[in-house]
Amino acid sequence: MTQATLSQFQGCGAENADSPEVRPAFLPIYLLLGIAFGVVLTRSEVLSWFRIQEMFRFQSFRMYGIIGSAVVTAAVSLVLIKRAGLKSFSGEQISIPARPLGRGIQFAAGGTIFGVGWALTGACPGPLFALIGNGVSVMIVAVVSALAGTWVYGLLRPRLPH
Amino acid sequence: MTAWLDGEWPWYVAGPLIGLFVPALLIVGNKVFGISSSLSHLCAAVAPGKMEYFRYDWRRAGLWNLAFLAGVLVGGFLAFHFGGGQGIGISTETRVALAQLGIHDFSGVAPHEIFTWSALLTLRGFVSVVVGGFLVGFGTAYAAGCTSGHAISGLANFQLSSLIAVMGFFAGGLAATYFIMPFLFGAL
Repeated sequence: MTQATLSQFQGCGAENADSPEVRPAFLPIYLLLGIAFGVVLTRSEVLSWFRIQEMFRFQSFRMYGIIGSAVVTAAVSLVLIKRAGLKSFSGEQISIPARPLGRGIQFAAGGTIFGVGWALTGACPGPLFALIGNGVSVMIVAVVSALAGTWVYGLLRPRLPH
Repeated sequence: MTAWLDGEWPWYVAGPLIGLFVPALLIVGNKVFGISSSLSHLCAAVAPGKMEYFRYDWRRAGLWNLAFLAGVLVGGFLAFHFGGGQGIGISTETRVALAQLGIHDFSGVAPHEIFTWSALLTLRGFVSVVVGGFLVGFGTAYAAGCTSGHAISGLANFQLSSLIAVMGFFAGGLAATYFIMPFLFGAL
């Protein structure tokens, strides 16, 4: 893929397309991290439709506490990592590519559309998969639907404002 | 099973643990924490069509995402089978509000009245699962990120684009909660 084509992506699927290929030896590490994340999503109950409803009705501090403390933890970690100039285990200089704002329409419009889906399904993409693991097997349909949604976005992308 | 796996974890344990996935993925492989890009990788792998958006090397870009995602499913299974099963302890106010929408079964992680195969053929089941799922996939692709990519990674990196996206998440979520769902659940 050429750089010219790559630059047209604004950072969804192809954002890592120019990064070095992941060595197969690393895949089990990502699998293990994913397992840990699935456990956290379940035990924190952020994958629950009930918790999402409680959040959007402002009837508990819980979800706000979770998201807020997650952001603070991640932000402090990023500052420390940048200050230390760390390299990753895979040998790359750690850097987080800045996402260009552009006109910002895609973030406002796409974000709002996702928000409607988040409330209706009670799940964002990670929890959709964790819920299948939790035995809510009908979420397989929601995942297929989400794939269809992503695919239709790819189809309509040239005609949508970004 | 071990006691730490049981029940719900308090927010001040769960939140920092979620936040730690950002440095963990950076330190392991210089990867930015985000789930929704996996949906694009799956599309690129299965049905790229003629769309430029899906024409990239999904193995190079996203094999790690897909390994992580497979783990999320397994992790959900493990957490559920070794210590899960009890209902979600939501607030009394939320129970009352949901009862007015016709939700009376609070025993699962998601209401059985909506998220079962048989309920899929009802209006509220279809809209919640099929339409909701579609909007999750379309919206996260359009916004180039979801809760993990924008609300956690993006906000932690002080990105204005992510702040706008997160405000959109809540605008859409509130609209669905207060306008679409009461109508959908027949309580208007």
